Amino acid sequence: MSAASPLGRMLLTAFLGLILTVLPLPSWLEVVRPAFLVLTVLYWSVNAPRTGGIALGFFAGLALDVFQGPVLGQHALALALVSYITVREHQRIRSKPAFQQSLLVFAALVVYELVVFAIDGWTGHPVTSSLRWIHCVTSAVVWPPVAALLSYTATNPFGVTRRS
Amino acid sequence: MAAFGTAAGRPLQGRGGSPGFSFTLFAVLAVVVMYLDQRAHYIERVRYVLQAAAYPIQLAVNSPPTARRWLKESFATRDALESDNARLRARARDLELLAMRYDALARENGALRGLSAALPPVADRWLAAEIVNLQMSSLRQRMLIDRGASNGVFEGQAVLDESGVIGQTTHVGPWSAEVILITDPEHALPVRIERTGLRTIAVGAGDASSLALPYLPSNADVHGGDLLVTSGLGGVFPEGYPVARVTEVHRDAVQPLAQVRAAPLAHVAADAEVMLVWFRQGQPAAPTPPPNAAGDLPAGNPAMQPLPAPHQPAKAPAGHTPEATAPQEPPQ
Repeated sequence: MSAASPLGRMLLTAFLGLILTVLPLPSWLEVVRPAFLVLTVLYWSVNAPRTGGIALGFFAGLALDVFQGPVLGQHALALALVSYITVREHQRIRSKPAFQQSLLVFAALVVYELVVFAIDGWTGHPVTSSLRWIHCVTSAVVWPPVAALLSYTATNPFGVTRRS
Repeated sequence: MAAFGTAAGRPLQGRGGSPGFSFTLFAVLAVVVMYLDQRAHYIERVRYVLQAAAYPIQLAVNSPPTARRWLKESFATRDALESDNARLRARARDLELLAMRYDALARENGALRGLSAALPPVADRWLAAEIVNLQMSSLRQRMLIDRGASNGVFEGQAVLDESGVIGQTTHVGPWSAEVILITDPEHALPVRIERTGLRTIAVGAGDASSLALPYLPSNADVHGGDLLVTSGLGGVFPEGYPVARVTEVHRDAVQPLAQVRAAPLAHVAADAEVMLVWFRQGQPAAPTPPPNAAGDLPAGNPAMQPLPAPHQPAKAPAGHTPEATAPQEPPQ
């Protein structure tokens, strides 16, 4: 966190998260694919709440809506809500060990998926299969390595993300 | 990262207002955008622009599979090419033989209908499109094709391959279009059992190899192997295009409905190309285009009228059959 503003790294990692989220995968992998963009937004909401915060969540969600939302604004609302919660509680979350952070990430993803699910229902695209909840678990599982990777880019201003 | 003493809930120093304020702002914005997109379709243009902006990313994301396919094709052996060529020649001959008979049948059909000349074929124009991106999860079965509004593609257009129905376009961008597959859990397609003429609805099961027919009574005349063709209702697909073949019929004495599964005839996962079809307006079998939003409601108290057709007519919510709402009338 030594650089003046992590905005460039934030946008770059959010873009990578988006790519990982829309990358075509075989269908069995698609179900367990962690929500990389949500994890990235969570990371920056906890570690740089002043820079990105809720705006980052909103625009990342809007980008996700363009790729896979039935209605624009769905993921934007869900991600803005999740990043609001994490920005509010960022100091408590930051001080937790990785395992407890994973549990909190799981809770955040359940909230996120609940909002997406509710809006799916209201807009007339209900997908009631329980498979849609699996990614909450896999995302929580991959949270420690993802957070470590993101903090590596944050503490390494002369690394690969330099050109951003 | 020293502590600045910002307790949870107190406004953060720095850019932006307090988290509560900016969250409220963005939440209201998101809800307004959702309302405009869902109810009013005011931001079609915004979606169009966003889809154009997303297209390069989608192309880039799909470049590894495309590169692999290109490499495989360029290193195909002479033997493989020759056998391919022979197979295609044989197929072309078979199709020519079928087409020969088709002309006679079309004339005969015209005579039976009391028409002076045979009807023209229902498909007016075809356009091949390449699959750019394919999502085949159990929740979403969509694909992105490399043709868009600049090629004349419109929303709710039929997409076929050489063996059957694939789906219909949902969002159309300038150079790309998103296609919802018939196997998507949100898609419902009005079909007819070819052998008996029984009409029903085929709903996607979120699985590339199966469709569900959830609305058939348990005494319905349906067997494994029956061919399902489009029934021409719903306004997207014309009548008589092959869709799927029934694979299993499960009848339970205590259940009022039979559980029927069918396997789609189109092989989306194996295709590299699909066909977009324009139908000849005025042909009796052609689908009538969906009415444009609320303007087409019949006169009278709007609250007492049937709902306007959903903007994707083949998507029918459960328990609501398109057959019951709008019997299709030939335009002639």
